[in-house]
Amino acid sequence: MIKHLLSAADLDSQQAILVLDTAAELANISGREVKKLPTLRGRTVVNLFYEDSTRTRISFEAAAKRLSADVINFSAKGSSVSKGESLKDTALTLQAMGADAVVIRHPASGAPHRLASWVGGSVVNAGDGTHEHPTQALLDAYTMRSRLGRIAGLHVAIVGDVLHSRVARSNVLLLTTLGAKVTVVGPPTLIPVDVAPALSPDLQVSYDLDAVLPEVDVVMMLRVQRERMNDSFFPSTREYARRYGLDAQRMRRLPEHAIVMHPGPMVRGMEITPEVADSARSTIVEQVANGVSVRMAVLYLLLGGK
Amino acid sequence: MAYPKAAPSSTTSGSPPSVKVILTETDLQRVVDRIAHQILEKTDGADGTVLLGIPTRGVPLAHRLATRIAAFEGVDVPVGVLDVTLYRDDLRLRATRALGPTNMPPGGIDGRRVILVDDVLFSGRTVRAALDALSDLGRPSSVQLAVIVDRGHRELPIRADYVGKNIPTARTESVKVTLAEIDGSDEVKLIGEELT
Repeated sequence: MIKHLLSAADLDSQQAILVLDTAAELANISGREVKKLPTLRGRTVVNLFYEDSTRTRISFEAAAKRLSADVINFSAKGSSVSKGESLKDTALTLQAMGADAVVIRHPASGAPHRLASWVGGSVVNAGDGTHEHPTQALLDAYTMRSRLGRIAGLHVAIVGDVLHSRVARSNVLLLTTLGAKVTVVGPPTLIPVDVAPALSPDLQVSYDLDAVLPEVDVVMMLRVQRERMNDSFFPSTREYARRYGLDAQRMRRLPEHAIVMHPGPMVRGMEITPEVADSARSTIVEQVANGVSVRMAVLYLLLGGK
Repeated sequence: MAYPKAAPSSTTSGSPPSVKVILTETDLQRVVDRIAHQILEKTDGADGTVLLGIPTRGVPLAHRLATRIAAFEGVDVPVGVLDVTLYRDDLRLRATRALGPTNMPPGGIDGRRVILVDDVLFSGRTVRAALDALSDLGRPSSVQLAVIVDRGHRELPIRADYVGKNIPTARTESVKVTLAEIDGSDEVKLIGEELT
């Protein structure tokens, strides 16, 4: 197994499937009375969060605690970072404290890669800027597999703000590794021009959501990341929602078995309507539950052995 | 039930180790039959008893015992699977191990007599891990242990309730149980120290 999980591209299909299979076994733990395993007793996992997060941080914390690791939560607010400490000095502090794994979220793309060269333990990328979020891709793949029974051969549409989405990038990399066909859909301003050759030669690009929907097994809606936009990428929220938002009427274009996913946090009324988000096709709540199992699997595989 | 087929063992350099067959297919059948009888005797008809196989080879053995018990007395003993990987104390000494399945039998293990089934009893550390795993899954009324081979060299105060065969071994030797369900044939072999 690999030492760090920095990119979804770090995993070949065999390793990715091992993560999913391990997660499937670990998922049984959440149904037990004693939801705790002694596996990582005495190991320390530091959650290093330079960016706001609800589900990812809680999910990593729950995963580490269920495996009996000691968890130290660090958020940039209220730490020496606000006094001007650099990432490297923070990293050396963590190193001195003997962190076995560092889970890092950072607004700068590539920060986890730098960190990996400074600390002795494993580094897990929990989202870096607009770059990657590999554990999200793994939990999305896990959710697809548990709902639809397979990943190879599925057609997945990733819809919306692809330009700013680390979830989209990691998903494209992982899903193509696992043999799925991926189409990214969105307004031309929110899809990088060279996205297909850059990420995967088989990646399809479309600007017409209605034309893509009838052909897909999975539609993954992305949040429009207003906080990363310093330009106007589309005329108005209303226009975006009309062309690329998923509402009940548009959902009816999907095949009978297709599922609707969203990595969260959702902006209801923008990229997804409440009716769709709460429908039986939606896997949004499931994705959160699966997140804990998948992150347990990642921590076990990185820290469980020699 | 399908079991994963084991990969053919790779041959390493150096002269081949000595291999001695300890139990043939027929011997193994007799051993399983005897343990099934002993379980019936010792548990007074196997009432309120469940068999938990420890992966990999404990699982088909547990199923065989249940089949024999059903054939002898018509009692259906539930069979489950208990993977102990996450409870092992030697995780950090080796590369990360893949997890096996864990399935509790219908009705669970609370208040029942659990018989753990494994192929070889050696250091006792697997059984220690299994006992820890059991206490997280429920509270059995009692726990017993059935093994095909006891090869000695215990590192913990653990003993088996049902033993197919005691085989005195050297630490450097290894005992290999092969089963039709996994390996294609039934046999127990003692493999000597590899001469290099």
